[in-house]
Amino acid sequence: MKIETKNLNLWYGTFQALKEVNVAFQEKRITAIIGPSGCGKSTLLRVFNRMNDLIEGVRTSGEVFIDGVNIIDHAADLVSLRKQVGMVFQRPNPFPLSVYENIVFGQRIHGAMSKGALDEVVQQSLESVLLWDELKDRLNESAMGLSLEQKQRLCIARLIAVQPDIVLMDEPCSTLDPQATQRIEELMRELKKNYTIIIVTHNMQQAARVSDDAGFMLLGELVEFAKTEDVFTKPKDKRTEDYITGKYG
Amino acid sequence: MRNPQRTEKIAFFFLFLATLVIALPVGLVVIIIISKGLPAINWQFLSDIPRQGMRSGGIFPAIMGTVYLVTGAIIFALPIGLLAAVYLSEYAKDNLLTRVIKLAIVNLAGVPSVVYGLFGLALFVVFFKFGASILSGSLTLGIMILPIIITASREALESVPYSFREVSYSLGASKWQTIRHIVLPNAIPGILTGTILGLGRAAGETAPILFTVAAFYLPQLPKSIFDQAMALPYHLYVISTQVPNVDEKIRYATALVLLVLVLCMNLVAILIRYQFRKRKKW
Repeated sequence: MKIETKNLNLWYGTFQALKEVNVAFQEKRITAIIGPSGCGKSTLLRVFNRMNDLIEGVRTSGEVFIDGVNIIDHAADLVSLRKQVGMVFQRPNPFPLSVYENIVFGQRIHGAMSKGALDEVVQQSLESVLLWDELKDRLNESAMGLSLEQKQRLCIARLIAVQPDIVLMDEPCSTLDPQATQRIEELMRELKKNYTIIIVTHNMQQAARVSDDAGFMLLGELVEFAKTEDVFTKPKDKRTEDYITGKYG
Repeated sequence: MRNPQRTEKIAFFFLFLATLVIALPVGLVVIIIISKGLPAINWQFLSDIPRQGMRSGGIFPAIMGTVYLVTGAIIFALPIGLLAAVYLSEYAKDNLLTRVIKLAIVNLAGVPSVVYGLFGLALFVVFFKFGASILSGSLTLGIMILPIIITASREALESVPYSFREVSYSLGASKWQTIRHIVLPNAIPGILTGTILGLGRAAGETAPILFTVAAFYLPQLPKSIFDQAMALPYHLYVISTQVPNVDEKIRYATALVLLVLVLCMNLVAILIRYQFRKRKKW
């Protein structure tokens, strides 16, 4: 198991956002977490790179193992954790820098590299998100001038440059049009060969299209977790069935 | 009878009038100073020392004195102000101490400039024994413009979108790396604005330098930061009130030089800010 949680609870102040979550994510697969707004799916995602730490008043109990290491531990090294576990956000959020500087940001903060090595990282990262041909002549232009889809791909390239092995995606297509969404989904299938991907989405069709495993969350609980086709065709829990058939959500 | 169109016209008229009332004095100040001062401006006026009891000659020592003082004030106030602003906006937790510090900064901005002058006299001139010197004057001016720089810098830092910080952290950057590589570069335009305002204020104030540095008359340039210096605002005060029979032209020309000096400094900073703004799109 790549990631495993044991009795994971999380509180924002007095509000409990995650309740006794026990789940295991497999390596080099796409796992989707679905559920209505406020069900705790983004919170769960942000446990894995400890981004919840940035919010004041967050308390966590339980254990989360990544490659066998408990990352909830206070002694956990956040820098190496976040290098290992990258994140793609809802809104494409490149830095107001050039395309090139966006991609090498991670390298710059994690230690010096020669210009040649950086150039190689930029090319490899852009190639892996299928942007190299489009942008190889625009590396010094501001990333703010790209299209939304290009920006989101660039953000993925930026985190690939740090060489993570887990990629967390928090509604990565919610600001994109259907064609762009389709192309990002294709990219995800491509990335699956090398990365373990967890995607949070409230778009059930997207979860059905792209994921291998799926989990359904409601009010902080992980209600159901199974192979995606099983979750969608023969849900075991009544609440899952009601959600995927559109009775609420 | 209510008539929205008429009310609209009346409202527009008064709003426009108020704006005009603001613009008018600015325009008049510039026009009067230029028309009365420009005839006296020539190379000798800018490059010579004052002669004949400051009734002729130039104002070169006063120009250089003001340049030294403003430079010294910025060298002192910008780093401290910026570091304090970074601490307050990025690191400080909202507790009693932080609130007291913030309140102190607000109050510092409200202190009359003559009080800074006395404070500088007591602390730098007398207590630290710097004497009436460029050092004392610069430090006094620096303290005076600290709140301007801190407030503007804090606003600039806080206007950098949270999403930039979030991404930076998610890529494994530490807090300081995030500030250093992402927050500060994007806050530079706002920080420059604060510095511009501070510069202008430091260059134009008379009271803080009165007891701490300003020389009534010095026929040569200061040799070190422990020397006294002439300064444009104080020189203007002297030739306007303390020395009889100074030609009006010379007084207005001095005012014009001070005005142009401040505007030039502002212009440089505005140009830098413009360059940054062009790149910023969010």
